[in-house]
Amino acid sequence: MIPSSFEYVAPTSVEEAVKALVAGDGDAKVISGGQSLLPMMKLRLASPGTLVDINGIAGLDTLEEADGMLRIGALVRHGDLERSALIAERYPIILDAAQHIADPLIRNRGTFCGSVAHGDPAGDWATVAATLDAQLHAVGPKGAVTHSARDFQTSMFETQLGTDQILVEARIPCPKPGQGSAYLKIERKVGDYAAAAVGVMVVLAGDTITEASIGLTNVGPLTIHASAAAASLIGKSIGDAAALEEAGRLAMEASDPASDLRGPADYKKDLVRVLTKRALRKAGARAQGQEA
Amino acid sequence: MSSNLATESTVAGAIGQSPKRIEDDRFIRGKGNYVDDVQLPGMLFMAIYRSPFAHATINSIDCSRALAMPGVLACITGKDLEAHKLAWMPTLAGDTQAVLATDKVRFQGQEVVAIIAKSQAQAVDAIEGIDVDYDPLPVVVDPKRALEADAPVIRSDLEGKTDNHIFTWESGDADATDRAFRDADIVISLDTLYPRIHPAPMETCGCVSDYNKATGKMTVHLTSQAPHAHRTLFALVAGLPEHKIRIISPDVGGGFGNKVPIYPGYVVATAASLLIGKPVKWIESRSENLISTGFARDYHMSGELAATKDGKMLGLRANVLADHGAFNAQAAPTKWPAGFFNIATGSYDLPAAYCKVEGVYTNKAPGGVAYRCSFRVTEAAYLIERLVDNLAHKTGIDAAELRKLNFIQPEQFPYRSPMGWEYDSGDYDKAMDIALELVEYKALRKEQAEKRERGEVMGIGFSSFTEIVGAGMSKICDIAGLAMIDSAELRIHPTGKGVLKLGVQSQGQGHETTFAQIVASELGIPSTDIVVEHGDTDHTPYGLGTYASRSTPTGGAATAIVARKLREKGRQIAAHMLECAPDDLEFDSGTFSVKGSPDRTKTIQECIFKAYQPELPEGMENGFEDVTYYDAPEMTYPFGTYICVVDVDKGTGEVKVRKFVAVDDCGTRINPMIVDGQIHGGLTQGFGTAMMELISFDEDGNCFGSNFMDYLIPTAVESPHWTLGECTTPSPHHPIGAKGIGESPTVGSPQAFVNAVVDALTPFGITNIDMPLSSHKVWKALRDAGVSDD
Amino acid sequence: MSSKAQITVTLNGEEHEALIEPRTLLVQLIRETLHETGTHIGCDTSSCGACTVLLDGRPVKSCTILAVQANGRQVKTVEGLETADGLHPVQQGFKEEHGLQCGYCTPGMMMTSVALLEENPDPSEDEIRKAISGNLCRCTGYVNIIKAVQYAAKQQQGVGA
Repeated sequence: MIPSSFEYVAPTSVEEAVKALVAGDGDAKVISGGQSLLPMMKLRLASPGTLVDINGIAGLDTLEEADGMLRIGALVRHGDLERSALIAERYPIILDAAQHIADPLIRNRGTFCGSVAHGDPAGDWATVAATLDAQLHAVGPKGAVTHSARDFQTSMFETQLGTDQILVEARIPCPKPGQGSAYLKIERKVGDYAAAAVGVMVVLAGDTITEASIGLTNVGPLTIHASAAAASLIGKSIGDAAALEEAGRLAMEASDPASDLRGPADYKKDLVRVLTKRALRKAGARAQGQEA
Repeated sequence: MSSNLATESTVAGAIGQSPKRIEDDRFIRGKGNYVDDVQLPGMLFMAIYRSPFAHATINSIDCSRALAMPGVLACITGKDLEAHKLAWMPTLAGDTQAVLATDKVRFQGQEVVAIIAKSQAQAVDAIEGIDVDYDPLPVVVDPKRALEADAPVIRSDLEGKTDNHIFTWESGDADATDRAFRDADIVISLDTLYPRIHPAPMETCGCVSDYNKATGKMTVHLTSQAPHAHRTLFALVAGLPEHKIRIISPDVGGGFGNKVPIYPGYVVATAASLLIGKPVKWIESRSENLISTGFARDYHMSGELAATKDGKMLGLRANVLADHGAFNAQAAPTKWPAGFFNIATGSYDLPAAYCKVEGVYTNKAPGGVAYRCSFRVTEAAYLIERLVDNLAHKTGIDAAELRKLNFIQPEQFPYRSPMGWEYDSGDYDKAMDIALELVEYKALRKEQAEKRERGEVMGIGFSSFTEIVGAGMSKICDIAGLAMIDSAELRIHPTGKGVLKLGVQSQGQGHETTFAQIVASELGIPSTDIVVEHGDTDHTPYGLGTYASRSTPTGGAATAIVARKLREKGRQIAAHMLECAPDDLEFDSGTFSVKGSPDRTKTIQECIFKAYQPELPEGMENGFEDVTYYDAPEMTYPFGTYICVVDVDKGTGEVKVRKFVAVDDCGTRINPMIVDGQIHGGLTQGFGTAMMELISFDEDGNCFGSNFMDYLIPTAVESPHWTLGECTTPSPHHPIGAKGIGESPTVGSPQAFVNAVVDALTPFGITNIDMPLSSHKVWKALRDAGVSDD
Repeated sequence: MSSKAQITVTLNGEEHEALIEPRTLLVQLIRETLHETGTHIGCDTSSCGACTVLLDGRPVKSCTILAVQANGRQVKTVEGLETADGLHPVQQGFKEEHGLQCGYCTPGMMMTSVALLEENPDPSEDEIRKAISGNLCRCTGYVNIIKAVQYAAKQQQGVGA
């Protein structure tokens, strides 16, 4: 299998890349890792006229904490996150997700930002970004714009990112004291998209939940930020089984999965319920230093 | 067994040793030679436009846009092939199959137009330039629907065909079986689908057809498990003189039955090379492989097992609806439309049995290949072993005890089964006992009871299968009239090193190593002194190929016998040189010695060198070579007991295989390292079958499972750990006592996984889940039974 | 038709120049232009890993990278594993432990294994299973592949000690 023909440009600056996108007049695509785009092109499900390869642009591989934010540049690969000591120490939800995205070879190539920009509700990073309330920094012909990860995706494979914009960096608030997080994914095998996955973040004061956030993967046309489920937890104890069950139920209500080869919709909804409870327990244990 | 037990040899690389594989030296260097590696000067490329519809009339085909595209040289349609009488071809099952569709398309993915271009990319680009005008027809996906009186007739091309019925095949004694059921205290019934799956070797199918106008010779580099049979079929289909056809099956990247049939792509590429006079390469994409070539199984089975309340089995009855897709392209001996499904009584001494199999056409890809099994044995073993475990649950008798109560006993062999097979040998209790010990059965049952108290879900599943392999037996088995024999030609050069040429063809089984080991044992020459050649029809003797675990039973037997013929020649020469009678000589590990005078010896190498010298025994010709064609007197019957232990997550339905013990008896083990490797691989494929692999269709005949995102092959993470045990009951009729191993694990294992999961769910009243045991199916069974996640 | 691209790629230590269509996949460049056919193609969906090569030392699927993206970079394939000193320990391991049958997945599997051992010289079985989970094998059930990697790890540690 081989893609249709296209023009290829390899700019060395973001400005040049934006110019190439503008010149492409809506028919140009950014390629970073290319691990979602190239398979679609090989199957002729996508046939962009121009590919703008940003791999040669210096400075897009930032992975560091600065000014209270974790900065993840456009060329930070899944594998970089998986191997990062900073991530392992401070962002368990990111490590959880990184270990279950696609397979280890894809992870050496695919990028966090590229996955988010792909606008796929099956994308694990979009859920993690929404759960952690990431800011998405893009650059277009009119300069820089910032999007919230929680309303970034507009429909299946569509985002707020213009066809002439490049997502250059995601910024995630650094964890607060008492914060714990987790990402649980049910996949049929390594390399599969989630039948359902749940990301959670909680902040605890003692046993009491003071902040919570819940994101859902591949259980609806959009990445889901289950805000009502999260809100129901505030003021509750992390050990309160009924509260966790209720959060699971509300998360399930927020989901809207379609039946497919990964299972019927009612199965996926129930997975959301079960995984939400389990992820909350895991995040709680992490917040309390009881689990890595 | 022969008086010279092959396993006794101390020669380097003899049977029973595990020399490293000869073939690996090229594979680990990236120097294997697969069909797609063949690059010839001036080579053209072929791509195939396939039907998007499962059933539709073709009104017209317009290739003009494609022909105008860069690099496109030709677009071949069914009409073009009709002019050469090549639009249709015979299948191995005696049906016909469209090479390129003419009248209508009958499954999604059917071949319609072949595009020949200068590059592969240009050929693929031009698929978008093919315009076909279709009238969609009603689609038949469900084989039960296919048999209804008002169902659309799929094979309107067959004269007088008014329904979708292909065949009805019966075996056993229906009346005696009915009587057994009347006398029974208990009848266990099971309706189950052994779903459609695919062998999916890592290398897809393909060919490079290379016609030489000057010599009139057609050389086809082909992904073939049966190059000689394919040459004959090419001669019969294409009308080419057989001596002008050379099939070269180079290194084959896995076969598992997928590379037994002849596919339309091979035929069109060959026709194109013939017409254009240049080499034409066609390599399937993965999705083409999964949607159009040789699927396996798709057996809708209704089984009943009759027993006394004490667990003594009385009779087996099976009714099967076999979905063969749009053309009956099953790969099995021609006289066996349901293969050897009548091995379904398995390891049990059942007094009565009867089965009926009906084959039907549906709007799905054709096939019915024996995916890593001897023809339909997998389905048969699944049915009986599922029934037996359900009988155990029903009677409350322990599943292991119940099996032992009903096993055919060692003294009953040769054992005549109620559906007509004569089992050569077996010791089923022994395999079971070894397995029970390895798995620590008593402790497991105790643990299970404790876990159940705590609300945890754990199961133990059994499979005590008996296979029938090694076809074999030309009096009952042929393919398209060709006797299912196989061959070996052995030529030893003057310095004692030689070449063994085989009719069978390796796809990863390690023939270059193991067949040399047979020679090593029989002739006393180190195995590394023998080069094994196979796959090139111009340079190897005729044979029916490698599938159905037949290489060792047939080709291995031929190898042993041809080596013995040469050993006898060596004996004559040794006697001549030692001036004694041939009968006065003993042979051990490559040396002839005079009985009673152990210092008077000649090595086999000395005898071989003498064979190329003057002054041979009176009337003996020079040279040291011979050929044997072996027609097996009987099938072989490998067996084993597998035990699987699973834990089930009540919240998600996920099944974790915690432990799996496999005890196999394949008779003599030529190379134990390779035998273990075969078992590991087969078990993992069986795990895939049981847990995740599936080709399914929607009601419009759209195929799901058309790529590796949807057709799920286990990775190293999902694949369980395997614990192997062995017992050895040599085949009494095979020259070296070997039975074949490649397929036992795929035949034996799927039901062990399913039995384990059903055992886990028995407390909730669940008696069956059909494969694959996807988490959502297990979850549904649990929730339907009112089981919550806590 | 799109314009062709001139690239320079170092394959197994040897620099090659090529004029290619941008849509050419790295695996096609390696197999068809540079005629090293040890790297295989097993699927269309980046699922199987038969095409695994090392790009600047990292194992990647060469069917899901454009050849132009390898411009100016180092590519290593199975053909580059053996040196004047002999077989790579991973190659030895695959032979010694019967880590292959049909051989089709083997080159990709070995490249992933080589990269694993460079990053983690003494991996556990679980780490090996995870590391090779982007490479499908239909023959071995992975059992002896894992042993092959463990064999290579021991060999390398022995040499280093």
